[in-house]
Amino acid sequence: MCADMRTVFAAETSALLEEDPLAAVVLAEISADLFAKAAARHPERVLNVGIREQLMVSVGGGLALAGMRPIVHTYAPFLVERAFEQVKLDLAHQDVHAVLVSIGASYDAARSGRTHQAPEDVALMDSVPGFSVVVPGHPGEVPALLREAVGTLDAGSTYMRLSTEANAEARPVWPGLQVVRSGRRAVVVAVGPMLSPVLDAVADLDVTVAYATTVRPFDAEGLRTLASSGAVVLVEPYLAGTSAFAVASALASRPHRLLSLGVGREEVRRYGTPADHAAWHGLDAAGIRRSVTRFLGLS
Amino acid sequence: MTVMTGDEKHGPSATSTLDVLWVLYDQVLRVSPDTAGDPGRDRFLLSKGHGPAAYYAVLAAKGFFPESWLASFGSASSPLGYHPDRSLVPGVEIASGSLGHGLPLGVGLAHGLLARGLSGPRVYVLVGDAELDEGSNNEAIVYAGAVGLPNLTVVAVDNQSSSYGWGPGGIEAHFAVSGWSAMRVPGRDHAALASAFRVTSAPDAGPQLVVATVEGKA
Repeated sequence: MCADMRTVFAAETSALLEEDPLAAVVLAEISADLFAKAAARHPERVLNVGIREQLMVSVGGGLALAGMRPIVHTYAPFLVERAFEQVKLDLAHQDVHAVLVSIGASYDAARSGRTHQAPEDVALMDSVPGFSVVVPGHPGEVPALLREAVGTLDAGSTYMRLSTEANAEARPVWPGLQVVRSGRRAVVVAVGPMLSPVLDAVADLDVTVAYATTVRPFDAEGLRTLASSGAVVLVEPYLAGTSAFAVASALASRPHRLLSLGVGREEVRRYGTPADHAAWHGLDAAGIRRSVTRFLGLS
Repeated sequence: MTVMTGDEKHGPSATSTLDVLWVLYDQVLRVSPDTAGDPGRDRFLLSKGHGPAAYYAVLAAKGFFPESWLASFGSASSPLGYHPDRSLVPGVEIASGSLGHGLPLGVGLAHGLLARGLSGPRVYVLVGDAELDEGSNNEAIVYAGAVGLPNLTVVAVDNQSSSYGWGPGGIEAHFAVSGWSAMRVPGRDHAALASAFRVTSAPDAGPQLVVATVEGKA
């Protein structure tokens, strides 16, 4: 079994710290064990500020003001929701850039309950100007996406959303929509780890499946090319409808129908496993199939 | 300052900082319009972005931008807003306004300068006593003291505007218990301020706090 996204991220970041004297990491205890070796080698550039997420993001902003390239990392709800004003003001409003890397996507922490879940993360980050949003679907995609994010810090910030959910295999990554299979009745856009359940769900349906790891900026041109049927299904592993406006904007000049699948808005007060939550939100293969066949009038 | 009208709500806030700002820019900070982009310059962060009239006046007096900009303060065509923006105003190091951001940013900036091998420049952050109500400052105070950031000075302008204050020992006790060296001086006394900032330049010291006492809001 290969390493999970978090482990791959820590290893690749540690390598970047060796290569790039301006790269820096800011942590708030989470994953500090994975960076222990890097911290011993580069104590001035691997900073663990304790359980202080506001400070963690602000320190990232301050490092960037000094000309460094900060990578800021912790659990999704604490990175995005708890420190949101710091993201807005200490990065975006200062016009400085960082790579924010979260773990604990949506219901990865199913057993931990609502306090450790933030399926709203991409919707929030989408409201901050200048952020790209990257959602790897497999640990093998993390190194290239991370290097791209750090390598383009002069141009802007990136939010990278890591998950314990992963597709069966890694795919080559590029910024646009990637056609995995072609069909005529609809285009199904599968974001990150949604690709495997989507492929299972539509195996015998006449639809195009397009894979996305970069969702901001959204590949509007690519969607226009693929959406000739006018029917679009968006399958996102975070809050349902997060990218609906991007699809609507891309297709504003032509008639189209959109089905947005994702994590529901209502709080699910149950524990269990990520697979349980996927089923409850209709994001397992059976649930996706139900929604897609109904949308296409096949059931 | 009298040419900047319209933000009278923040008048007390603006005038409370005037002497501290003048002493810093006139006697302490190693920064000028010519070195405003130099990596080795001292950094001054106005965390308490409210009432920036005094700040703008001092920057104009020191030549960072023309004094003629001051009269249009807050207008659609002016780069000078009621809260300053680093992207718009030469010499302004951070955009501020929402309280409790400058000190945490200053901690990161101080770290970043050291990580780049720049041990010469110092980071000065001006906060207000009521601004310290914001919990984000507490995160920064405890952390910076614990790691002993040597290139960070906080100047807290104390016009007793915090509703609950800091109790016995005042602001300086709160910092001192976290490992900062701390002193209090009269905030209108230029010689006392300059001497306090010189004391804080001891090379082996951790982070430094100067509390500048000024008269309370009327």
